[in-house]
Amino acid sequence: MDGYFGSYLVVALLAGLGVAVVGGAFTAGRLLRAQRPTPEKLITYECGVDPVGEGWAQSYVRYYVFAYLYVVFAVDAVFLFPWATVFAAPGYGAVTLVEMFVFLGIIAVGLLYAWKKGVLTWV
Amino acid sequence: MTTSLLAAPPATPLAAGEAPTLEAFGLDPWWLILAKAVLIFVFLMLMVLFEIWFERRFMARMQNRLGPNRVGPLGLLQPIADGLKLPLKEDLVPRGVDRPVFILAPALATMPAFLAFAIIPFGPTVSVFGHQTPLQLADLPVAVLFVLAMSSLGVYGIVLGGWASASPYSLLGGLRSSAQVISYEIGMGLSFVAVFLFAGSLSTSEIVASQERIWYAVVLFPSFVIYAITMVGEVNRIPFDLPEGEGELVGGFHTEYSSLKFGMFMLAEYVNMTTVSALAVTLFLGGWRAPWPISLVDGANAGWWPVLWFMIKLLLTISFFIWLRATLPRVRYDQLMKLGWKVLIPGALAWIMVVATIRVLRNEGISTQQVFFAVAIVLGIYIVASYLWDAVRGNRRDAEEQEATAAERAGAGDSTGGDPMAGGYPVPPLDAPHYHGRNSTSKEVNRA
Amino acid sequence: MGTERTVAVGIGAEELATADMTLNIGPQHPSTHGVLRLRLTLDGERISRAEPIIGYMHRGAEKLFEVRDYRQIIVLANRHDWLSAFSSELGVVVAVERMLGMEIPERAVWARTLLAELNRVLNHLMFLGSYPLEIGAITPVFYAFRERETLQRVMEEASGGRMHYMFNRVGGLKEDLPAGWLDRARAAVREVRSRMSDIEWIIRGNEIFRARTRGVGVLSPEAVLQYGVSGPVARAAGVDFDLRRDEPYLAYGELFGPGRPGRVVRRTEGDCYARFECLLDQVYVSLDLADACLDRLADLPPGPINVRLPKVLKAPEGHTYAWTENPLGINGYFLVSRGEKTPYRMKLRSASYNNIQVLSELLPGNLVADMIAILGSMFFVVGDIDK
Repeated sequence: MDGYFGSYLVVALLAGLGVAVVGGAFTAGRLLRAQRPTPEKLITYECGVDPVGEGWAQSYVRYYVFAYLYVVFAVDAVFLFPWATVFAAPGYGAVTLVEMFVFLGIIAVGLLYAWKKGVLTWV
Repeated sequence: MTTSLLAAPPATPLAAGEAPTLEAFGLDPWWLILAKAVLIFVFLMLMVLFEIWFERRFMARMQNRLGPNRVGPLGLLQPIADGLKLPLKEDLVPRGVDRPVFILAPALATMPAFLAFAIIPFGPTVSVFGHQTPLQLADLPVAVLFVLAMSSLGVYGIVLGGWASASPYSLLGGLRSSAQVISYEIGMGLSFVAVFLFAGSLSTSEIVASQERIWYAVVLFPSFVIYAITMVGEVNRIPFDLPEGEGELVGGFHTEYSSLKFGMFMLAEYVNMTTVSALAVTLFLGGWRAPWPISLVDGANAGWWPVLWFMIKLLLTISFFIWLRATLPRVRYDQLMKLGWKVLIPGALAWIMVVATIRVLRNEGISTQQVFFAVAIVLGIYIVASYLWDAVRGNRRDAEEQEATAAERAGAGDSTGGDPMAGGYPVPPLDAPHYHGRNSTSKEVNRA
Repeated sequence: MGTERTVAVGIGAEELATADMTLNIGPQHPSTHGVLRLRLTLDGERISRAEPIIGYMHRGAEKLFEVRDYRQIIVLANRHDWLSAFSSELGVVVAVERMLGMEIPERAVWARTLLAELNRVLNHLMFLGSYPLEIGAITPVFYAFRERETLQRVMEEASGGRMHYMFNRVGGLKEDLPAGWLDRARAAVREVRSRMSDIEWIIRGNEIFRARTRGVGVLSPEAVLQYGVSGPVARAAGVDFDLRRDEPYLAYGELFGPGRPGRVVRRTEGDCYARFECLLDQVYVSLDLADACLDRLADLPPGPINVRLPKVLKAPEGHTYAWTENPLGINGYFLVSRGEKTPYRMKLRSASYNNIQVLSELLPGNLVADMIAILGSMFFVVGDIDK
């Protein structure tokens, strides 16, 4: 349980425990609770009237754009993290800072572009 | 300090009560690891039960009522009663749902919530049956990143649950939630960067160790504010509880869920609340370290005491959530997204640049005073520029509005003189412009 | 409905074909407090069409009026709008008294005015609590109910009822006010006034609340007039009309005017925030009016509080129209009698019915989230819509 991957192994153990707990809860719940489905009970809830049309309607494409933006910015943040940890170490100085400014500048241009395009304005 | 307990294996250069570093992990025997893992589950379950009780009682006091006080002393057993009752309810899976996904979603929401707690340090190194071990299950070189990854995984549970339900409310609720959580996660991640800049590490134990002198909530106050806002958005609580905003979308993504599956979502929500609170404590509020006046006492940061400080800080952070819930209304969806993308993210980016610049300048030997002077000048220029920008834009918008109203008036002018007998029978005097196809929404105009 | 094809403007300049989504809000929905149903057609999160579907709570009140005598009608009339029971029964007895040409004792006039104003406060407090609740603020409703409880206690002491008072009779009130009641009522009014600031501070100045309600659901004065919207909703849109001042009944003639406590609260913005503010300020006005009534009642000499009625009460042949300023707006009672002991026809014009019609005008173009803010700010009682 040591070495670089040792800690991950511990996390994996916790995950295994989690699966066991959730699985156990589901099984216990299934065994213990009442189960008497009737057709009326199984109708999708739509405020007391029979559902109109299909539940899976087409929805706004805007959500998709946010997902794209997220990917861009999440990657941005991931690049920032290692930079931040070594930044104050000796041997890194103004040059590192300028490099990151250039990187953030490019990202900022992306955000500004999205802003200007009106993507960030909801509906 | 019980330094005499240095009976650990030679690989551990650690004394009880000392701040552990990354090297201190991975040395525990298997039974200790297992015990810690089980303890994390037990702790989180108990925390959830306590939080539910605490939230109800605490909020009740703010609202002139008593809250639950029947089951057990002070109503303490109420959440247990509720927790037992909920899974015993009939579990309905509506027709037309995507069954495997529908069942998988609540588990997918709950599991990552528990996992994220693995890297939270509860205290320094303590002695358990002669073993020196840090009060933390695991520490990774990328511990904080791991928390972010887990909270992203939790979004899958919500969005898949919303999608699998095959109901418009659930679908919209799930989509909203995913868009919200991912937007706020970026702000959250960016608010961490300044902390890493100071701590020089992503490992939670080392971040706590580096806050020995002063908390990052003080040094990096803007980061702390950004984190405080994003953590509320991240766990979907008021004022950002839109995914389950009960008014608009009934129950949001969990409208169709019942019984244990519904309970799982609730469980995940409360565990998430605990996790982000614990992370706030760890990254910004000094972790398990004793608060200032107490920290002067010798031994306040040693042994098992830190667990107490950690718990106090954790509960205060959770009280903050409850206080918010009792006070604020819910923001609207577009306002929420606007805050996330147009305020928090640019703000966090700018703050990172400021922090980094100050640090470099200080390393280069420029005094703090000069730095502040320069910052003041830059800020002054920014304020003047933004004021001018607003003034110019405001004028333009006013002009546009005037034009629009003028056009409207011109359009409305001819409709009032319509012939009441035009349709062959007298029309009641409904002569507002929209009855004649004007002033309608752009949607109707676009209809082809 | 769900398959209707329309063209909507997508991202960028491209146009994408999307199917609209139909969403039913109600009849069983947490935000419609009652069984109002709205059929919304959504374009993304924006409403493109809204249709209020009413009638889930229709109880045939008007038809039932025709087979009840004038004493029994009161009990039906105070049920359609359960939040303004006293004011609703008042309208019926005013109509019948007008038909009979009956003069009612002065004490009854002032006591009715007082109780009607207290009822108005009760009604407004309910909405002042439930409206923030719909926007997500859960605390104001508890404050509102504390005040309601204070007032309901005095109402209950006088009438015996907490919700459906049944205290009006043709010719006056059921019985005289209990001894010492005036002081207790005065104390209750003072208490409520002093604690109103709790509700006001937690919600009126809240940034989020303002952002949710300012400029949202703007109702134009034209639409108000076209649809016959009345009450605080109409006054928030700038329509300066209040029956208490413009066509006084009961003792309102003496209460409204320069130097008197009665004022007509008005806003010009017509948005949700203005409607909320109107309601809040009306509470203060009503409390002032209640104080004025209490002063007057204390000064009045002892005397009867009702008129002795014959065993069988028959309205003379003819018709009349009485209208009152109910808490939610104008309630009108068109009474047609053929000299029987029951009315031939009694048409009820209820405030909520007209106020809700304007939703199909107000909602399109707004976000779904705004739908909640708008719906909550229209201040309606579903029973009052469906009758």
